[in-house]
Amino acid sequence: MAFENRGKPAVEKPIKDWRHVVRMVSFLATASATLVMAFSKETKTLVVANIGGVPIKATISAKFQHTPAFVFFVIANGMASLHNLLMIMAEVFRDKMFNNRGVHLVMIAILDMMTVALASAGGGAALFMAMLGKNGNSHARWSKICDKFDSYCDRSGGALIASFVGLVLLLLITVHSIIKLLNHPKPINNIDITLP
Amino acid sequence: MTRRKAVTILLRLLAFGAALAATIVMVTSHESASVLNLTFKAKFSHTPAFVYFAIAEAIASGYSLIVLLLSSKNWFRRLVVVLDAVIAVLLSSSISAALAIAHVGKKGNSHSGWLPICGQVPKFCDHVTGALIAGFIAAILYLVLLVYTALDTLFVEKP
Repeated sequence: MAFENRGKPAVEKPIKDWRHVVRMVSFLATASATLVMAFSKETKTLVVANIGGVPIKATISAKFQHTPAFVFFVIANGMASLHNLLMIMAEVFRDKMFNNRGVHLVMIAILDMMTVALASAGGGAALFMAMLGKNGNSHARWSKICDKFDSYCDRSGGALIASFVGLVLLLLITVHSIIKLLNHPKPINNIDITLP
Repeated sequence: MTRRKAVTILLRLLAFGAALAATIVMVTSHESASVLNLTFKAKFSHTPAFVYFAIAEAIASGYSLIVLLLSSKNWFRRLVVVLDAVIAVLLSSSISAALAIAHVGKKGNSHSGWLPICGQVPKFCDHVTGALIAGFIAAILYLVLLVYTALDTLFVEKP
């Protein structure tokens, strides 16, 4: 080619950056984790007793609202997917929204960090609560519930996996943003004031 | 020493102290009580979440100590930022997991038929609460450190 574009291009096209693709995948992962966990419900009817030939049935259900850890998981992943969506829109409409690109990059990096902390907390709590439901705890005399509700357990396990995938991708973006900021800082007070 | 380096060292030192305290308090928590001929033995190693918490805080305190003692060159600072983010995520998820299990231990879960155990071993519960508070402080300090690293690039370092 006669003209070779060496170095960074002058105008960065919004969607062609690899970070936007990663953020999109992370948004899909966290959104699917939220939805799968929120809609996982299982009801079972058991025959409790048999009085005079008439079986008495009891309905027990497993919902995500029963455990506060899963409620926090749904809320944290919902907020993470909302954050991803907002950041994607902010990067697409970047030129119309921000004057000073330095503040914009720092803001996105800090918000990303907050979301990573929140999503990791939600994922960690739900993971150990699911482990407790799957294995029980003999020392505390807590019996496992996954042998009765296996499809509920499978669905929450799938939601957990999706959440961790989204978290790792978001962590990748965050770390890349901070290192890019350290390499090319864009300070806002770079006006040299020399006092006489 | 610049202001950025001083604040970073201070935050990391406090986080090291908090993580070390959390590890030690969690590892030394055990109690056995006998109620009506039944002996209840409560140790932190009975629950995988508390074991994960102790391991994560130990890793965080060891990492903080190592970074505090090493000098900072340019490429080393980038590696420290990456590891800081990983340790912050580790601390945050470990405190959250331990809090979730401790909540079940304190209040129980009526839907799954899990009874609270804090009535039988109250001293164990208080001990674990202390460890959780220290772990929470360590997690917050690491997140503040990460935010400060990003925010400080907005300001020019005075020579």
